[in-house]
Amino acid sequence: MPTTLLTTAIKSVAGQDSKVARATEHLPTTPTNVSSAERWVSLVAGGYLTTCGLTAKGPGLLSMLSGGYLLYRAATGNCPAYQALGVSMSDSTAPKTAIAAGHGTRVQHAVTVLKPAVEVYRYWRDFENLPRFMAHLVDVDTTADGKSHWKAEGPLGLKVEWDAELVSDIPNRVISWRSLPGDDVDTTGSVRFEELPQGRGTEVRVELKYDPPGGKLGTAVASLFGKSPDQQIQEDLRRFKQILEAGEIPSTKGQSAGQR
Amino acid sequence: MKAVCWRGKKDVAVETVPDPKVINGRDAIIKITSTAICGSDLHLYDGYVPTMKAGDILGHEFMGEVVETGKNITNLKVGDRVVIPFTIACGGCFFCKKTLYSACDNSNPNAGMAEKVYGASGAGLFGFSHMMGGYAGGQAEFVRVPFADVGPLKVPSHLTDEQVLFLSDIFPTGYMAAENCAIERGDTVAVWGCGPVGLFAIKSCFLLGAERVLAIDPIAGRRARAELLGAKAINPNEVDVLKWLADATAGRGPDACIDAVGLESHGTGFVPFVDKLKTSVMLATDRPNVLRQAIMACRKGGTVSVPGVYAGMLDKMPLGAAFSKGLTIKMGQTHVQRYLKPLLGRIERGEIDPSFVITHRFKLTDAPAAYDHFLNQQDEFGKVVLKP
Repeated sequence: MPTTLLTTAIKSVAGQDSKVARATEHLPTTPTNVSSAERWVSLVAGGYLTTCGLTAKGPGLLSMLSGGYLLYRAATGNCPAYQALGVSMSDSTAPKTAIAAGHGTRVQHAVTVLKPAVEVYRYWRDFENLPRFMAHLVDVDTTADGKSHWKAEGPLGLKVEWDAELVSDIPNRVISWRSLPGDDVDTTGSVRFEELPQGRGTEVRVELKYDPPGGKLGTAVASLFGKSPDQQIQEDLRRFKQILEAGEIPSTKGQSAGQR
Repeated sequence: MKAVCWRGKKDVAVETVPDPKVINGRDAIIKITSTAICGSDLHLYDGYVPTMKAGDILGHEFMGEVVETGKNITNLKVGDRVVIPFTIACGGCFFCKKTLYSACDNSNPNAGMAEKVYGASGAGLFGFSHMMGGYAGGQAEFVRVPFADVGPLKVPSHLTDEQVLFLSDIFPTGYMAAENCAIERGDTVAVWGCGPVGLFAIKSCFLLGAERVLAIDPIAGRRARAELLGAKAINPNEVDVLKWLADATAGRGPDACIDAVGLESHGTGFVPFVDKLKTSVMLATDRPNVLRQAIMACRKGGTVSVPGVYAGMLDKMPLGAAFSKGLTIKMGQTHVQRYLKPLLGRIERGEIDPSFVITHRFKLTDAPAAYDHFLNQQDEFGKVVLKP
C-alpha cells in the first residue's frame, strides 16, 4: 500500500513533512480489512455526515456518530464490524499497475477551437497550462525527463497527488500520458488534434480514464458533491477553447448585484 | 452606485450596489450617461424569461464614458464616449469571425445552462437572465463591459446621446429585421408591432427601398407613430388582418412579413385564448399569434423575419403553409457589432435621426414608475430613456 489514507489525509491537513505526518508512520496498526475503494467512500460519506451533524442541517447527533464511525474506517482501514464478523475486504496486497479493463471511470469529450493545430497542440503540451482550464487541477510541474507531478483537489478539499509520464507525443496530432504506479490515483489520458480544412480550426478530442480513490462508487459519491466527470470535462474543454480563442475566461464573479 | 434591480414579477427597485470593477483584462468600466428601457425588458418584467434572480441589474441599451480599462484594452482610453452593443462578443470564435456576433461561442459564462435548453448557447447579453450570461446590466450609474475591444463604438461629439443611444440595440435590431427581408424596389412589407423595434423596422424597410409598409398594432398611439414614418396601419382587433393584407396586395400577400412582437403577442378569437390559457398553466411558454399570421399572410417565396423574442415552445405553427409557399424564415438576436459603423454613417449623413422614437425621459431613480407606465400605458409610452 503506497500511501495510506490516514497519511494522505494528515499530510493534506498538516503538510508533507510535519511532525504529525511523520508520527503517523509509527502509529500502532490495526488489521486492514477494508478495501481502499470502500475507505474512500467511507471518508467522503463520513465527512459529509459529520459536517451535517456539526452544522445541525442534517439529522444531528446520529449523523455525527455514524459519520465519525465511517471516518474511523476510512482513516485506519479497520472496520470493527468486519473484524467481529471475521471478514476482510482489504485489497492492500493487490498490485497497483495500469487501470485494468472494466475498472475506473472513462470520460470523453470533444471541442472545436478556431486556431491551427500547431497552436492548440502547443498550449496543451505544456502541462503546466492545464490547471488554467481544468478546474480540479491545482498545479502541474514538469521535469526535464518528460515526467510531471500533478496535484489535484478532490471532494471535501481532499488533496491528491501523482506522477505521470508521457506515453506518446506526436506534434500537432496526439499527446497521451499515464500516472506512474504507486500513487494516490491511477489515471491515463489522451488528447487528439485534427485540423479542419479551410481555416475552420482544430477538433480536440479528449479521453480520460481514471481509477479514482474509491473506484466507480467513489465517483458516484464524489459527484454528489459537485459536477460529474462528464460535466467536468465538458466545462474544462469550454475553458480551454475560451483561453485560446478569446484569451480569457468570461466571468461575472465579483460583479455588482442588488440584494439577493 | 444606484442601479435598477429586478426583484420579481412586475417588481423592479432602484438599489444602492457596489460600483463595478474590472474582472478580466479585456474589460472596461463605463460611466453611463443615457440608458433606455427596451420592450424585451418587459418580457423580464412580466416574468416570461426564466433564470432571473432577485437583485439582477437590468438594462441592455446604454452608452457613456470610459472611466477604466483592463490591462489588455488598447482601443479605448479614459474619457472616450461610447455606445455599447447589448450582445457581448469575443471577436475570436468562428461565429464572431463570420460577423454572427450574437452567436458568439465564448461570451456566455453560463453556456452550459443555455445548452441544456437550446442545444447551443448564444452570446452573453447584458441584464438578460443568467441563462444568457448573468451579466449586470446598464440601467445603472456604471457598468462593466467585457470584451471592450470588440463591442464599444466611439461616437463623435457633434451627435447627441439620444441620436446614437439606440445603436446599442433597437436600431440595429429593426434594421437587421428589414435587411433579413432582402427587400427589392417595389416590395410591400407587413410589420406586426409598432413599438420601438417595429418603428425602426418600418423606417429601415423604407431606407432599404420598400415601396410600401403595412403595419399592424392594436394600440392607437403606436399606429399613429408608424403612420408618421409613412406606413399604413390598422388595428387587428377591428380588422381581419389576413383579409386586409390580401386585399391590400390584390391577393399576392406581402413580399415580406416582420414579427416585431414576439412571445407575448396578443390577439382575439379562440386560438389566442387557448394560447393564453396554456401559458398561464405552464403548458406552453410562448404565445405565437403574430408568427402564425405572418406565415399565413406572406406571399409565395417571401420572407418572414422575426426580431421579436421567443423563448420556448410553440403550438399549432402553420408549417405546412410555410413549406407549401416556400418561405424563408429568418430570426435571432441581432448581430449588433456588424451594424454599428454602417448605421452610425446613416445617422451622420442625416438619413435617420433615431431620437424620433423617444416619447418619455425619466431619472434613473424613477425607473420603477417608468416600467409601470411603459407596460400599462402603451398608447402613450413608446420609448423611455433613463438619465442617471
